[in-house]
This record gives sequence, C-alpha cells and structure tokens, in this order.
Amino acid sequence: MKEIKVAPIRNGTVIDHITSGQALNVLKIIGVNENNIYSTISVALHVQSQKEIGWKDIVKIEDRELDPETVDKIALIAPNATIVIIRDYYVAEKFKVNLGDRVTGLAKCSNPNCITNMGEPVEPEFDVVDRNPPSLRCVYCDRYLTNVSDNLL
Amino acid sequence: MSKVDFYDKDIVSIRDFSREQIEYILDLAEVMVPYARGEKTKHPLSGKILGNLFFEPSTRTRLSFESAAHRLGADVIDVSQMSMTSIAKGETLSDTIRMVDAYCDAIVLRHPHEGAARLAAKFSENPVINAGDGAGSHPTQTLLDLFTMKRSKGFIDGLNIVLVGDLKYGRTVHSLTEALTMFGAKLTFVAPESLQMPDEIVKHLKQKGCVPKKTAVLEDTINDADVLYVTRIQKERFPDPAEYNKVAGTYRIDNEMLREAKKDLIVMHPLPRIDEIAPEVDSTEHAKYFEQAFNGIPVRMALLCAILGGKM
Repeated sequence: MKEIKVAPIRNGTVIDHITSGQALNVLKIIGVNENNIYSTISVALHVQSQKEIGWKDIVKIEDRELDPETVDKIALIAPNATIVIIRDYYVAEKFKVNLGDRVTGLAKCSNPNCITNMGEPVEPEFDVVDRNPPSLRCVYCDRYLTNVSDNLL
Repeated sequence: MSKVDFYDKDIVSIRDFSREQIEYILDLAEVMVPYARGEKTKHPLSGKILGNLFFEPSTRTRLSFESAAHRLGADVIDVSQMSMTSIAKGETLSDTIRMVDAYCDAIVLRHPHEGAARLAAKFSENPVINAGDGAGSHPTQTLLDLFTMKRSKGFIDGLNIVLVGDLKYGRTVHSLTEALTMFGAKLTFVAPESLQMPDEIVKHLKQKGCVPKKTAVLEDTINDADVLYVTRIQKERFPDPAEYNKVAGTYRIDNEMLREAKKDLIVMHPLPRIDEIAPEVDSTEHAKYFEQAFNGIPVRMALLCAILGGKM
C-alpha cells in the first residue's frame, strides 16, 4: 500500500490521538472557520492507531500553539488527545489533555431551561463526573451536558 | 455541611445532604410536631424575617413555609404578584436576590428555571432554601416525604417503595429517589415509557448501589409494596400538549386496586392530585397524603430553625 506522507512541520502543534470522528470539531474549537489562521493545517481522519487497537484522527497546525482554554475544550470531546508542540522541527513539549474536576466557561448548559441560559451574570459550570468518555453535570441545574461539541462556547 | 451544623447554610439540593444530616432534620422535625399543631408555643426565631419569593404558583409549599415561620415567631415578607414587580420589567434573578437579601434573614425561592436556587445561593449572603426550581430539585418536599415514611413505618431502610406516574418531569421523585438510595430502600418505577425515570438518574442510582425495577404495569407491583408514592402527570411540564393527552389518566388508584395490598401499605402523593387517587381511598388506613401535606410544616420548621440558629 502506498503511504501518503504529510510533511513535518517546523513550528506548530500536532494534536494526536483525537477520538475518531472528532477532528472536524477540533478544527471548530481552534477556530478554523473564523478566517484567522494563515498557515497550513493538515487533517488525518480515521487513522489506524499504533498505540491502541482502534482508530484516531490527527490535526497538525503550523505556526500556532494552543492556549490552555483551547486545550481544555479539546479535552471535552477528545479525552485521549495528545498535544505535541513543535519548535524548529523538534518536539518541545508533549502532554495529554486533562480535564480538571470542574469545567467553567467552556460550554453552555444543554438544558434550555437552565438558569445559566437566561442572561444571568454567571459562567456555566460543570462538575466532571466521568473523564472517558467525558460526562459533565451542570453545577446549577444538575443536568448532564449532552451534544458537547454543539454547546462549546 | 458538617453533621449538625446547618447554621447559615443553603438548602439547594438533597444531593448536598449526607444521611446523618437528613436524620438530624427528621429528628428535629419530630420535636416540632406539637408546635406545628399549635399544642405548644415557642418563638425561637422572634425578630427574624423570612423572604418568600415564589415565581411560580404554589399552595402547599408557600403556605407551609409561612405557617412554619409564624409558628417559630418569625415574620414573613413576600411578593403576592410578580407582575407588579421589577421582575416583570426584566430584572435578572441575581439582582432580585441581592435586593431581597438585604430585606430579610433567609430566602425561600420557587422559580420556573432549573438551577435558580443554586444561582440565588451564590448571590445571597443569607441562606437560600430551594422551594422547587423548574423540573429540578425540591429538597424540602423530599425531607417531608422521608419524614412521612419514617413516622408511618418507623424506619426507611429496606422499604419496598413503588413510585408511579410522571417520573420524567416530576421534580419530587428525582430528589426523593436520590435520598431513598442513601437509606437502602428498594425502588420500583411505574410509568409509561415516555414518562419513565431519566436514564441519567437511573445510572446515578446504580452507581450508589441501588438497582431499581422499571415497569409500566402498576398492578404487578402493589402487593409487595410498603409505600406507593403517586405523582400527578403534570400538564404544564409537557412541551407538546399532544404528548400529555397520550398519557393523561394512565394510572388511577382505587380501593379495588388496593384489595390485595399489604395492610400497612401507605399511599403518598405530593398533591395536588387530579384523578390519580380515587376519593374513596381517602378514608382508608392507606391514605397518608394529607398527613404528608401537614408534615411540611414541622420539617420546614426544623430547617428554618437549623439554618437561622433557633434553639428549641
């Protein structure tokens, strides 16, 4: 089988071990649709994972390092993702995304009747009940967050 | 909350309570019974003011909080018509709470949106008691339900409890099942599929070691039941009236249905009822729903006394 090569990046970030099917949501979190990225992004969908049995997605972004809030949002939809920061072709940092015990201001509550969706001056907050797959319960209305990618802020 | 220290604490969700804390309130409620009936008089909350904020219609909860406050010597301020207030002008709940907080020593809040009480507790310096937030929690109802079971049966541990009716939208049953799990009660959920207990709640109960049974057939469950907890199918909680019409009147408890039931079965209902329980059941030994409504007073007296530092 002929391999498709993706050229290594000089500076930027590789997001590896994304839950298969979530790469496009990762791009949404990074803000690709907002026309604010001026360098190459490579996306690999449904790639055989070498580490574990199963499939994964990969996203490579040149000339960009992710801020902690973006990394936390990625953790909400891809809890196994690894962030690799490349500087001058070398791996400068590598870490797994990690959800804390509480998530604040990253997603709105999926319950339309929740008080946090009524224009009150509070940030939505969730307790992390399970990490993989992520299960989040609203601190205010006690409901579990559904459709996480649709409710990201 | 530590075991017996409720002073200045918010009462938002039964999830915030430990079993020991629930038992403390139930024991204190027992002490309150003769005061709640007016057989004894004591005013440990004299000089305190309770602010009743009811954004949704309520009869029992509102009146019983008022009665509880008066029995303990506290004054009550409230808003009789929300349409006459700044809320009608679009004021946020957080602003309303900060204002009312300055006028009283504790706030009782009923609100149509889930999570309102948690938000109010965040903005209020004084303690907030959740008197029902949308389809969410109603912890004082849970406590009075537990008190009714304990008074009628002597204990709660291991009771066979059948919950029937609207288990999806009914806020009382969500809080109640959470608490009953702490007491090791055996739960059976009876509802049409469209009104069954939400999966997330069942999952949570299982994590706590309770494996509830689910069925749509009430008749199969009554004979083994110690407690039959009936709820109204609430029209106002249905997003689609057609869905309501499909399930309205599904279950109706009458004497014929209770013929083979245990002699000491108790039938409970948070009220108001529509036609879930036939009036003929009222005069049987099984009927506990009016006693249950009375029990709201000693339980709310116990809570008010505990959070406002009253000494009995």
